[in-house]
Amino acid sequence: MLTRREALLGSVLTAAAVATIGAMPVVANAKEVAGLPREKVTLAAPPFVHAHDQVAKSGPKVVEFTMTIEEKPMVIDADGTQLNAMTYNGSIPGPLMVVHEGDYLELTLINPDTNTLAHNIDFHAATGALGGGGLTLVNPGEQVTLRFKATRSGTFVYHCAPGGAMIPWHVVSGMSGAVMVLPRDGLKDDKGKPISYDHIYYVGENDFYIPRDEQGKFKKYDSAGDNYDDTVKVMRGLIPTHVVFNGKAGSLTGANAMKAKVGETVLIVHSQANRDTRPHLIGGHGDYVWEQGKFANPPAKDLETWFIRGGSAGSALYTFLQPGIYAYVNHNLIEAVELGATAHFTVEGTWDDDLMTQVEAPKAIAS
Amino acid sequence: MSFDPVFTFGAIGAAALIGLGLSQALDSGSPESPRPLGASELVVLATGSFDHPQPGEFLRESHPVAAPVVRETIDTPLEIMKYQVSVSDYGRCVADGVCKLADSRKIGNVPVTGVSHMDAEAYATWLSARTGETWRLPTDVEWAYAAGERFRGDIESDESDPNNPALRWLAQYRTETALGRKPDPEPRGQGGFGINSKGVADVAGNIWEWTSTCYVHATMASDGVGVASSIDNCGVHAVEGFHRTYMSNFIRDGKSGGCAVGTPPDNLGFRLVRDRPSLVRATLRRLGFS
Repeated sequence: MLTRREALLGSVLTAAAVATIGAMPVVANAKEVAGLPREKVTLAAPPFVHAHDQVAKSGPKVVEFTMTIEEKPMVIDADGTQLNAMTYNGSIPGPLMVVHEGDYLELTLINPDTNTLAHNIDFHAATGALGGGGLTLVNPGEQVTLRFKATRSGTFVYHCAPGGAMIPWHVVSGMSGAVMVLPRDGLKDDKGKPISYDHIYYVGENDFYIPRDEQGKFKKYDSAGDNYDDTVKVMRGLIPTHVVFNGKAGSLTGANAMKAKVGETVLIVHSQANRDTRPHLIGGHGDYVWEQGKFANPPAKDLETWFIRGGSAGSALYTFLQPGIYAYVNHNLIEAVELGATAHFTVEGTWDDDLMTQVEAPKAIAS
Repeated sequence: MSFDPVFTFGAIGAAALIGLGLSQALDSGSPESPRPLGASELVVLATGSFDHPQPGEFLRESHPVAAPVVRETIDTPLEIMKYQVSVSDYGRCVADGVCKLADSRKIGNVPVTGVSHMDAEAYATWLSARTGETWRLPTDVEWAYAAGERFRGDIESDESDPNNPALRWLAQYRTETALGRKPDPEPRGQGGFGINSKGVADVAGNIWEWTSTCYVHATMASDGVGVASSIDNCGVHAVEGFHRTYMSNFIRDGKSGGCAVGTPPDNLGFRLVRDRPSLVRATLRRLGFS
């Protein structure tokens, strides 16, 4: 059994080795960057996204974010099953950070001394140093600031990657989120025509691997380090015990269901840092879908289900045409229903009989 | 909704009454047995009438409407188990090789959970055979009568706009959300949810109970009160608890079904009613001809 202390030391040693290889000058033009305007952003907890311009109103700037890492127990289903969660900014997934192509994303990552483990961050949107992982390892009681240039537009995963066996364990304990780098002139359809959204929702999907006791009941552990051995055994089976949106089965339903009105356009950003998934909007479509998430590629049109590769974030734009309740699911329906990957949209508005009508209500079969 | 006055047998009296018959019939060889088989306390409810929203789904002029409320009458005293069937009671049926092992993880005087409609029927058949009495699941009406002030019925809405079916779906969703019921999966010991005004324990706690009432699609008559036609689906039965819902007979865990919008039952269990033997039969039995 790996103790908390060993887990911590192990990760520090691995990450130190990584840093030696990866350490190089971050920016050649520090002076230029110093002259750029700066914007400080307050992050919003998912599924919400901080206020942002869809089309950049000025030239490149440095966009500053701060995230505090919180290790804490979190309940992940209706049965009260507990995950010894590791989180960026207290939420699973971590918040979505939005910048424009050519902007600099500057993150201050804080690991308070109330935590027990070393953490870092690997941005798939960034170039070099293992996505920044090699320059951001912080022990409890430390903070670090990283800046990277957003050179490619699209939606990108970020996740914790503190070396070796720590990497998947931290990720399946909740440490992932996404960055959205918008083209400076905004999103475009397949023909290059500008398109925009009225609402944006960020749905982070997580696969969890909770060990069970002899009776088949999910086990509870005092701290993250205590669950490591048991959890890795479940992880190696590759069959998650939970597949959820926004950190908990049912967390985007009922009072927390996502909302829209008929005629409104919604952008749904969907990330999965570890495992493939296939979002589907029951009763709706993806009008424009960046399945791989990268806005330099034209969006696919009229998709029924889209594929998000493990370790990536995609996005789908949809204009609601009919009122009602929509389920947004991982269309592996076993994962949606049995393991938890279901969210809801409530959509108000006028029903369109032309699009659908019940010609005849259920009745006895005509003989 | 109003309920006529009821009388409740003293719990001890009822238990003693049943216990006597059963211990003679079954437990003669095991005097150390803590409690005779099936000797769950009974509550006897006096006859009466009450207004009751009908189970199932109702259409009027081809669009869904709220279930009609009908005056129902219980015309013979209703003998119903005070508590839900316990893990240990159910275990005896399992030990006899008749019932299938339940999916519940509890032991002792805790209501049995993780049982399907088929399991509940098997238990009722077994208990009837072992006691020579007629035990069965309550109907929806009987359950509602025994539930008294704790009966809720389906979560539905009065919204019914033929031009916009979504209004009804959204209203139901809002109603359900507003109820704000949090999942409560851990079964409590018998009596853990208290006793209702009729002396029946644990009604509408965290266990939904199977009934013998089939799921029905009904078309209302043009007067909006009567039913013009209906189709039963007895592969699905009404289950009752915090609300009334409908489950396939083989389901043991009401938590499945998360894709649909709706409050799933925390647990599935049951309690039984005992049919009063006819006077002739009772006399025959007393004389030793059963």
